[in-house]
Amino acid sequence: MIGTWNMNAQTDTLKSLTAVGSGIPSLPLGLDHQSKSFAIASLQILDEEGNVDESLEPDLPADRLQYLYESMYLARVLDERSLNLQRQGRIGTFVPSSGQEAAVCGPALAMRPTDWFVGAFREAGARLMRGEPIEKQLLFFAGYEEGNTFEGGERTLPISIIIAGQCLHAVGIAYAMRIRGENDTAVLCTFGDGATSEGDFHEALNFAAVWQVPVVFVCQNNQWAISVPRSSQTRSETIAQKAIAYGMPGIQVDGNDALAMYKAADEAFSRARDGGGPTLIEAVTYRQKMHTTADDPKRYQDPAVLEAWLKRDPIIRFRRHLENKGIWSDQKQEAMEQHVKEIIDNGIAAFEAASDFRPDAPFDYAFGTTVARLEEQRAEFLDNIKREAAHG
Amino acid sequence: MVRMNMVQAINLALHQEMEKDNTVIALGQDIGINGGVFRVTEGLHDKFGSHRVIDTPLAESGILGTSIGMAIAGLRPVAEMQFSGFSYIMMGQLEGHAARFRTRTRGLFTVPLVVRMPFGGGVRALEHHSESHEATFAHIPGVKVVIPSTPRNARSLLVAAIRDPDPVIFMEPKRSYRAFREEIPEQEEVIELGKAHVAQQGDGITVISWGAMMRPTLQAVEQVNNERGISVELIDLLTVSPLDDHTIIDSVKKTGRCVVVQEAPKSFSPASEIIATINDKALMHLEAPVKRVTGYDLTVPFFGRENDYLPSVARIRRGIEETCDF
Repeated sequence: MIGTWNMNAQTDTLKSLTAVGSGIPSLPLGLDHQSKSFAIASLQILDEEGNVDESLEPDLPADRLQYLYESMYLARVLDERSLNLQRQGRIGTFVPSSGQEAAVCGPALAMRPTDWFVGAFREAGARLMRGEPIEKQLLFFAGYEEGNTFEGGERTLPISIIIAGQCLHAVGIAYAMRIRGENDTAVLCTFGDGATSEGDFHEALNFAAVWQVPVVFVCQNNQWAISVPRSSQTRSETIAQKAIAYGMPGIQVDGNDALAMYKAADEAFSRARDGGGPTLIEAVTYRQKMHTTADDPKRYQDPAVLEAWLKRDPIIRFRRHLENKGIWSDQKQEAMEQHVKEIIDNGIAAFEAASDFRPDAPFDYAFGTTVARLEEQRAEFLDNIKREAAHG
Repeated sequence: MVRMNMVQAINLALHQEMEKDNTVIALGQDIGINGGVFRVTEGLHDKFGSHRVIDTPLAESGILGTSIGMAIAGLRPVAEMQFSGFSYIMMGQLEGHAARFRTRTRGLFTVPLVVRMPFGGGVRALEHHSESHEATFAHIPGVKVVIPSTPRNARSLLVAAIRDPDPVIFMEPKRSYRAFREEIPEQEEVIELGKAHVAQQGDGITVISWGAMMRPTLQAVEQVNNERGISVELIDLLTVSPLDDHTIIDSVKKTGRCVVVQEAPKSFSPASEIIATINDKALMHLEAPVKRVTGYDLTVPFFGRENDYLPSVARIRRGIEETCDF
């Protein structure tokens, strides 16, 4: 017999489900009928003129401050030289990072060598501080996978061009560190304002907070995703406030203030190492140059806005700070400029001398096992190269 | 008639379709004020405004997912993936939703949309900007995959893709974007999807290619014709999926020999499917095994090594000669 739907039974069930004695039912809705308010803190220690707020100033010895300054300066000059190399056709499409040195070098200063760096593609200064040689950075932009890794870079992931994908890797790495008992190790994960629109960003922050893993997320809000301004990327007033939704601390930091970036990251790292979970730091900064050398910002950018941001340059204000502290001088600057020039000259020379590019190297790394079908293709590949060389 | 490169020709198609049909809208990253990173959508934002030419947030899955909703609700979205290398983020929406709506709702909800994307190597681009993964899309039932090879057929195919009732992946060979110009008539032209084009008639061997590989293939065909008198029937596939069995089989029955040239990795590719189709329908006409001249089964190398990866004129020529000499 085909059963008939018993309306009365259903109604009874519904009645019993919704039956209330008095007041609000204690169903597990998670709704506590209390309105809540949230706030997002912001941090600046060095203002645009290089004046320091001493009450907030981190306790950094002179040599660390100078190292931070020199790293940012090296990154800036490397940017200029790389742009020249690109114009001369010695490297391909290049991604400049001018203006954003403090946003990444500050957090990099707060890292330990055992921490992991998981970045995107506009963190040249931080990569230099992680020990990535200049010739490797150039090799990447010259079209060689060999530029993606370096000796001592076992905890520095290569450039991630796919937007926001790396944020999830950072979370997985942090989880693995906990499982493997490296409780003092944390992960720095950097990405741009555009990345916050990707699903992977949402998933990464959610996983990180649910798992309470030690990740310091640094969003380099440089105001542009190629031609799309920050205001068209998200209606959130700040990017930092997104942290609230995920249940992690968030802070908006002057991304052109290296001291503030250091301090915010240092606190986030301490919390992460103490089992306090992830943090989202929004570094408010500005992309001073094109997205890549294939881009023309004149088509979409107001030059007056750029002009205003150039006055907030992170390197100029940091030099003033060092001078105000009496640990920097014109002579020191001159010596450093000479030193930086030599480092870059040597890096470019090493890049141009690099020659170990076996054409069939990609076959070595297709898999970790030997695959007969691929070895057959390798033989054909090498034969093709030999024949083409013979024909000039 | 105006001489245009492929960027300009695709741009013309977009302008004309958007003028003719106000349900056509364009969306993607940097396609509005910036006119697209390759300038394919130049001028659309000025002419049609930000409601029909949308600079979206940076989210490939979001772009396709919202396009699906728009298409279901009566619009004809033309979405742009900035590079095919970033399009895999939208695969969940493509395979799980766009491709299935028609069949799972028995035709009630349909998804007439186009996803345009530049693809392929040869322009010395950064990582993720050089691969040819048309097979990835062609393997999804319910999705059409179209690849133009010249400015003129790009324009005509895009018009057909926009008017098609189903999701179309429109892959633009970026190496051909500004490589050469062609006369483009002012009035509309449409190339029916699913039809290959016999670019040159011949009776000695059938050579099949598409997209950016058509140019080196043409050079190789000229060489074997001039130097060895080999008469080549050259087929430009235009639509990779669904495959035009008819044109391919008719030609192979006539010539008895065939070479397929593709930039994509060798295995599980359009070339594989073409050969399987020839085996199904023309095996007894073959005088020689059908040969593939392709990329290798590797992640496409960074541009320092990409010239060794991409099929060259010499490799294509050797493939034709070996098949003729078999």
